[in-house]
Amino acid sequence: MSVVLEQIFQVGFLAAIIRIATPLAFATLGEMFSERAGVLNLGIEGIMLLSAMTGFTATSLSGSLWLGVLAAVLTGALMGAVHALFTVALGLSQHVCGIGVTLFSSGLAYFLYRLIFGQQSVPPSIKSFETLPIPVLSDIPVLGPAVFNQFSLVYMAMAAVPLAAFVLYRTPWGLSVRMVGENPRAADSAGVSVIATRFQAVILGGALMGLAGAFLSMVQFNAFTFGLVSGRGWVAIALVVFGRWDPWRSAGAALLFAFVDALQLRMQASGLGHIPYEAFLMLPFIFTIVAMAVMSRNAVAPSALLKPFRREER
Amino acid sequence: MPAPLIEMRGISKSFGAVVANEAVDLSVAPGEILGLLGENGAGKTTLMNVLFGAYAPDAGEILVQGRPVTINSSADALAAGIGMVHQHFHLAPRLSVLENLLIGIPGKSGRIDRAGGLARLREIGRQHGLTLDPDLPVSALSIGEQQRLEIVKALFRGARLLILDEPTAVLAPTEVDGLFSALRSMAAQGLGIIFISHKLNEVRALTHRCVVLRHGRVTGRVDTPASTTSSDMARLMCGHEIVPPARGPSTPGAPVLILDGISTSRHSGMALRDVSLSVRAGEILGIAGVSGNGQRALAEVISGVLAPDAGRMTIAGKMVSRFSPRGVQALGLGRIPEDRMTTGVVTNLPLADSMVLPRIGTAAFSRNGLLRPDAIRAFAEAQIKAYDIRCPGPMTRAGALSGGNLQKALLARELAFDPKVLIVSQPTRGLDIGAARFIHEKFLDMRARGCGIIVIGEDLEELLMLCDRIAVMYEGRIVGTLDSAAATVARLGLMMTGAEGHG
Repeated sequence: MSVVLEQIFQVGFLAAIIRIATPLAFATLGEMFSERAGVLNLGIEGIMLLSAMTGFTATSLSGSLWLGVLAAVLTGALMGAVHALFTVALGLSQHVCGIGVTLFSSGLAYFLYRLIFGQQSVPPSIKSFETLPIPVLSDIPVLGPAVFNQFSLVYMAMAAVPLAAFVLYRTPWGLSVRMVGENPRAADSAGVSVIATRFQAVILGGALMGLAGAFLSMVQFNAFTFGLVSGRGWVAIALVVFGRWDPWRSAGAALLFAFVDALQLRMQASGLGHIPYEAFLMLPFIFTIVAMAVMSRNAVAPSALLKPFRREER
Repeated sequence: MPAPLIEMRGISKSFGAVVANEAVDLSVAPGEILGLLGENGAGKTTLMNVLFGAYAPDAGEILVQGRPVTINSSADALAAGIGMVHQHFHLAPRLSVLENLLIGIPGKSGRIDRAGGLARLREIGRQHGLTLDPDLPVSALSIGEQQRLEIVKALFRGARLLILDEPTAVLAPTEVDGLFSALRSMAAQGLGIIFISHKLNEVRALTHRCVVLRHGRVTGRVDTPASTTSSDMARLMCGHEIVPPARGPSTPGAPVLILDGISTSRHSGMALRDVSLSVRAGEILGIAGVSGNGQRALAEVISGVLAPDAGRMTIAGKMVSRFSPRGVQALGLGRIPEDRMTTGVVTNLPLADSMVLPRIGTAAFSRNGLLRPDAIRAFAEAQIKAYDIRCPGPMTRAGALSGGNLQKALLARELAFDPKVLIVSQPTRGLDIGAARFIHEKFLDMRARGCGIIVIGEDLEELLMLCDRIAVMYEGRIVGTLDSAAATVARLGLMMTGAEGHG
């Protein structure tokens, strides 16, 4: 165990946590915006996958990494709009539509990928983002190289957390989002368009999920593979609950999950070889379940979550 | 008389075959408090929802200060200077007072304008005596404070006409006085107020002028409510004379319900402490008390929902050994719960299902483990007819019924099985005169037929009219029981505060 503890405070380990946490943070913030407005988006898993694919493809075809990121964000926003169309405008079941969005987006991602790249023995890859050391800050011992010698998308995730908190708690739009998620009738009678606000929140959420997908295919793996997302979307949904629908807490939850995930990777690599590696793979998920069971008991979901809003209802 | 602030001309609105409003004319002048009087379902709320933009009228026009306007949404209504305090508050309980005020208000350079909001809140507080702590979450406010917040919200948005839909239904008597003085102060400063109510004494005390609606039509206009008698106004409202039912003498028989030293623990409200009481056949016992002094626990114990830790309960001579709703029901207990919508019926299922729910497994409604839909339907249809429950039919969603009709349905479902004991909580809360009258008559009928009835209530006038004896609860105990001949509102009120031990 001391071997494990020693490794925790190594630069590589900290950097790994940050890298694992980044897509989770984007995805969790995205899901949080959607749910704060009252819309559960179970399409997250598929939206991440499809965005990872479009981002990868755009970069692969154009050679521009930022064009790829843009493509991923637009894909996420578009799929968010699709989800909002069904759940907000038409008021259909958020569960069913979300799963539908995930199935459709995943299928579409595989299909388009095959269509564009065909079947190749060596999967195509792209030249990924380079790390971007931040002057001065990256010279801080241990913390510097781990946190401030990262990819630009990682910095974006770091900035996204306070930004999300500011938008949610300090701007009129954020107040509208919280209000339509708590009591849409109150928002409506105050002259706020519930439908528009929910659309915007779900689309913003989708765009953030798109960024999460872009990070996976363009930074973490430099390639698009079929198991690319592998449950990270579902984890993000749990992290939103764990983070009690708050940007800071949600980001903290993502970091905690990333810590456990990085830890199990280390444990796989370290001398505990007589235990099958699958046991380590389970750790973050067991952690999630336990953490949810312990911490989420008094978490209260937005009151209007899952409830479609129709005005002339008697 | 100054030019009207708001004028509604020939407003009609139907929902399918149901006509909610027909050719209604109405106007409010600045500084005027207009009473909108009518029974439940008379179309008051619909009319105001038309004015507030929630429903588009089928015909008619709305004029604001003489200019015709189209109001398609609450945003339009707010822009026209119309604010509404709904019966069910439109607040987000987890957000703060200030956040609930600032919703929909444009910010300052992209941020919520907190300072501006606070200043405006203070100003309104000063003007009308409506003060609120801006940073408390709404869930921490009392019902009266939440209502104040709704009024402030409307003023905050520059409302010059304020609509209040049954504002006193949720308030305690002392809070009503506070509301009335705030409304008078607002009218004195030139605001127009529409006060919706079915309580005649309130309309007479507060309003300058009053419009009476019945079945969606204006059936009367009273220019001097204060000097018009209640019975005249009641006639306009109901279309006929309303005479309170007289409780004749009765000869109570043997006790049908005995509670002996009942105590409970760990109850979300107030627990019971050593409660003993008895109700005889042909007797109505009232339970008075300020809400939250153990009435709920008492109702739950008697209905078999909550098992007491100590004490014994006897129904019709048989001791209750296992506390369960089915168990006490089998001994002859009927129950009408306090909250019709949540514990009375299943709102999303057909009315017929809710009407047989307590006895769904009995031979009357099921055979060999299967429901008998025809029997269920026939039962519901028979009760709908017998109790004049206004609804399209037994398959109507229970939640779509008005409060009065729902209460009739709940009454029908118990009385059809001739209970020996009936326990009811707040039997006429939220009901109009006609429906309340009907419920009272049924209780007196049951009393004449030898049923023992317990009425838990806060309306002392009602208890004094209905009950033979009244017991007062305070902090989980019965602090005294009075014969209603000897009881007065003042005396009961004093006992309810715990001031007087024994009556």
